[in-house]
Amino acid sequence: MDARLPTAFRSALIAAAVLGLFAVLGSLLVGFSYQATAERIQQNEREMLLAQLNAILPENEYDNDLLRDTLDVSAPRALGAERTQVYLARRNGKPVAMILSPVIARGYSGDIALTLGIRIDGSLAGVRVLSHKETPGLGDKIEVERSDWILGFAGRRLGDPPESRWKVKRDGGAFDQFTGATITPRGVVRAIRQALLWYRDQGHQLLETEAIEEPHHD
Amino acid sequence: MTEVNYHRITLDGLWHNNQALVALLGLCPLMAVTNSTINGLTLGLATTAVLLMSNLSVSTIRHWVRAEIRLPVFVLLIASFVTATELVMNAWFHELYKILGIFVPLIVTNCTIIGRAEAFASRNPVPAAVTDALAMGLGFTAVLTLLGALRELIGQGTLLSGAHLLFGEAARAWEFSAGNDFQGLLLAILPPGAFIGLGLLIALKNVIDKGLGARARKAEPSHCQTAPVVPSRS
Repeated sequence: MDARLPTAFRSALIAAAVLGLFAVLGSLLVGFSYQATAERIQQNEREMLLAQLNAILPENEYDNDLLRDTLDVSAPRALGAERTQVYLARRNGKPVAMILSPVIARGYSGDIALTLGIRIDGSLAGVRVLSHKETPGLGDKIEVERSDWILGFAGRRLGDPPESRWKVKRDGGAFDQFTGATITPRGVVRAIRQALLWYRDQGHQLLETEAIEEPHHD
Repeated sequence: MTEVNYHRITLDGLWHNNQALVALLGLCPLMAVTNSTINGLTLGLATTAVLLMSNLSVSTIRHWVRAEIRLPVFVLLIASFVTATELVMNAWFHELYKILGIFVPLIVTNCTIIGRAEAFASRNPVPAAVTDALAMGLGFTAVLTLLGALRELIGQGTLLSGAHLLFGEAARAWEFSAGNDFQGLLLAILPPGAFIGLGLLIALKNVIDKGLGARARKAEPSHCQTAPVVPSRS
């Protein structure tokens, strides 16, 4: 019997070995890059999230670890999202505000994800758009980078304006729409109103949640 | 081995066989991210980096990777380089990475990269392959940046907005703005603006080539161009 393997088989084996070698090399490269960047990326994510939250609720208004003092609520009818993260802001152990993210509004071309801060007295600390698919140049004026419109909600509450006027002006409400885009701001105003109602009826109870014990995290 | 003509390789990459304007490769990122100068520039540079690593390694291994498994090996290498690039961007240019989103990992589907690996790097020595990667990459980057600048200027009335995301805080001052009164032509920012803009750039290049050709014909009789090599595109 010929001890040597058939040529075709041998050649396939070598090809497979070379391919395997490169798979290992490629994985090593990816693994190494991951090792080298993972911590920094995680840090970036945290900083970015915290910056988003601080844009709504200034840093000096609370003193707890906002990213850790969180609750997971499910109120799809009121908040539009299957799950909404609630960040509880406290100062000297007393609740001062909560930030909800995401609250989903229905826009002109899909969902608009909002982050929304509500102070303990029921007034809005602020609203920002997390993501949307609205028409550039028209509906995207809900972004704070494009227009000041979204800033106009800070300090408002149910009652200011009255609940019946939580609409865009075209619908007889108190809030501006945009030239060429009514559906987008209408959806946003509606979602904010819904969220404020939710806060009044149930959400405020969450503020009584005990502060999370200092975790034994390393 | 024939003498490597670096001058020729460079000119091909930047102009005669420009991957965006002549080969029309990588159009998906080209269209999608060129809504601002910095976005275009960043993706162009990221693509160039991947192209550089891919050409360098493919050229290095060209003698001992047999023909049958050549393409899978290239794909493996390119995918690893793209993932590494993605991680590095996520770590050091986090905000830009978020803005460019899916188009960073999608560099892997840019046909320019596998195209240059297959058509050039696998047949040429390392220095030539590196030159080719730089020329092709920068040629592609130039078009992305130019198209981004045009669309940003016309659509938004600014230039270099977000420069600090790439160049650090000092670059904030580089931003040019046509003023708040400038409403911008919405079309330029929307996807059709990318097609129209690219079409105009291609037309411009052809006009220039025609002018150059006419002048060259007086001096020397023939004028040859390299043809685009890769058949499929993303």
